[in-house]
Amino acid sequence: MNSTRRRSGPPLLRGVIRTPYYVLTTGLAVIFLYPILWTMIESFSAQPGSAQTDGYGLGNYTTLVSYQAGLGVYLMNSLVISLVAVLVTLVLSLLGGYAFARFNFPGKNLLFLLTLSILMVPYATLLIPLVIWLKYLHLNNTLVGVGIVLAVFQLPFAVFMMRISFEAIPREVEEAALIDGCGTFGALRRVLIFAVKPGLITVGIFAFLAAWNDFMVPLYLLGGDKQPLPLALVNMRQQVMGVIDYGATEAGVVVLMVPCVVLFLSLQRHYVRGFMSGALKG
Amino acid sequence: MRTARRRRLARDRFGLAYASPVAAVVAVFFVVPILLVVYMSGTNWKLLGGNQGINFPDNYGDVVDHRMFWPAVSFTLKYTVIATVLLIAVGLGLAMLVQETSRWRGLLRTAFLLPTALGLASSSLLFYSLYSPQVGPFNDFFKSIGIASILGSPNGALWATVFLIVWRYSGFYMLLLLVGLQGISGEIYEAARIDGASPGQIFTRITIPLLRPSLALSIIMCVTGSLLAFDQFFILTKGGPDGSTMTIVQLVYNLAFESKRSLGLAAALSVIALVALVVVNIFQLRVLRGKGDE
Repeated sequence: MNSTRRRSGPPLLRGVIRTPYYVLTTGLAVIFLYPILWTMIESFSAQPGSAQTDGYGLGNYTTLVSYQAGLGVYLMNSLVISLVAVLVTLVLSLLGGYAFARFNFPGKNLLFLLTLSILMVPYATLLIPLVIWLKYLHLNNTLVGVGIVLAVFQLPFAVFMMRISFEAIPREVEEAALIDGCGTFGALRRVLIFAVKPGLITVGIFAFLAAWNDFMVPLYLLGGDKQPLPLALVNMRQQVMGVIDYGATEAGVVVLMVPCVVLFLSLQRHYVRGFMSGALKG
Repeated sequence: MRTARRRRLARDRFGLAYASPVAAVVAVFFVVPILLVVYMSGTNWKLLGGNQGINFPDNYGDVVDHRMFWPAVSFTLKYTVIATVLLIAVGLGLAMLVQETSRWRGLLRTAFLLPTALGLASSSLLFYSLYSPQVGPFNDFFKSIGIASILGSPNGALWATVFLIVWRYSGFYMLLLLVGLQGISGEIYEAARIDGASPGQIFTRITIPLLRPSLALSIIMCVTGSLLAFDQFFILTKGGPDGSTMTIVQLVYNLAFESKRSLGLAAALSVIALVALVVVNIFQLRVLRGKGDE
């Protein structure tokens, strides 16, 4: 990328040309970071109609902790849903990716296309029948049911990602394991799983972020004490008629945001790679 | 020979076994619901009363005649055009700003990408506070240009939501387009410059055509996402003021749980949405990919 570099001229002139670039990009960075920093600060500061009446403190968080079933319950719901979604996504995409990459079996292409076609179906089109169907499966208003549904929406990306991860491993690696007396499952468990670990991490991050943050699926399928935090926050905002407790809402947004920001900053490489692989398939 | 063939068949069986969990989940949680929604769209299915019997094709007629149907269609299309144009333009602009590798550009990429890790629902709640007349930091500014509440007018609500979406998603499109930009070899630019092409010509004659596959993917994803917009409007505007920001998917929810409490009507509308989406995507693939193959 050094081709654009030497339109330069003398250093002073170059500096003058570059100053607008730094001003512009700094401005843009501020726009992107400002809302996040603003909520973090506001959640600790005084808001009209909130528990934090003056100065800085934890008043807004106190309101949130004791809201209806309590922050703990909603957080736990979010956590259980996310864990179920991540676990189901990882197991299905690990086994499925292995099958699609390394085996031939009847219906293989049909199943792969069917899995990818989940991308084409609106959430709402599946959620309306699921309201009824989960009752038959005895999964209505359960965290496990919602976790599985969220995993289903992750399958196109996850199965695709794991398939290309397995396809990237040289065949000899698996054959060596088979010759050493492993069955195909032994080869997967003892050898191949380590080779596809980056793919699993990427799939896991995406499944977690999607499940942790999802609003629409729980809105259709969960209520009462089973609500995860995003749904509880939206309902909290609507229930206090007239006066909206912005302080507690902001505190809730921060609670939801912090794990995402930490996960993003610590595993950014894997996160970006997930997007890249999506871009390459186009 | 025979043992080799038997071994291959045995191996196929393992393949089937490994694929069977995916097959089972896809069948139970995807194929069955799709069949069920088609069936439900032809029945008088109440949210509380359950299935009251087949009434095909009444639901389809009733949905299309619903007073909010055409307003929702036209608003969804309008929003899709605005959001797609802005997201692709901003995403491409950002990608070009951070294209080269340097420490500062790395930091910029992180800053632009950070909002994409946040949930759409939490982002919407965040902006709900940011836009609120009570605690929002821009109220003095809004008041000085004569706006009491940005979400209070149809246009204000639309553009406020568009701003949220651009903030939340442009980093994602930046990344998709960055992959495309970095696939264009520097020598092509070099050659164009030697031939005396202006920066504008380089952009329209080289960058855009060579970026077509990435642009096509970005546009398809953006159009699909925007046609199905729900969270942002549900949380920021609730379809208001006066139903002016009601999208199709919001209308599905509204028919099922709020106004009609009819799952049959909602199923009919969501089948219409599914068919429309498939048609739109086939059309887009034709247009965008067809030209890319030249």
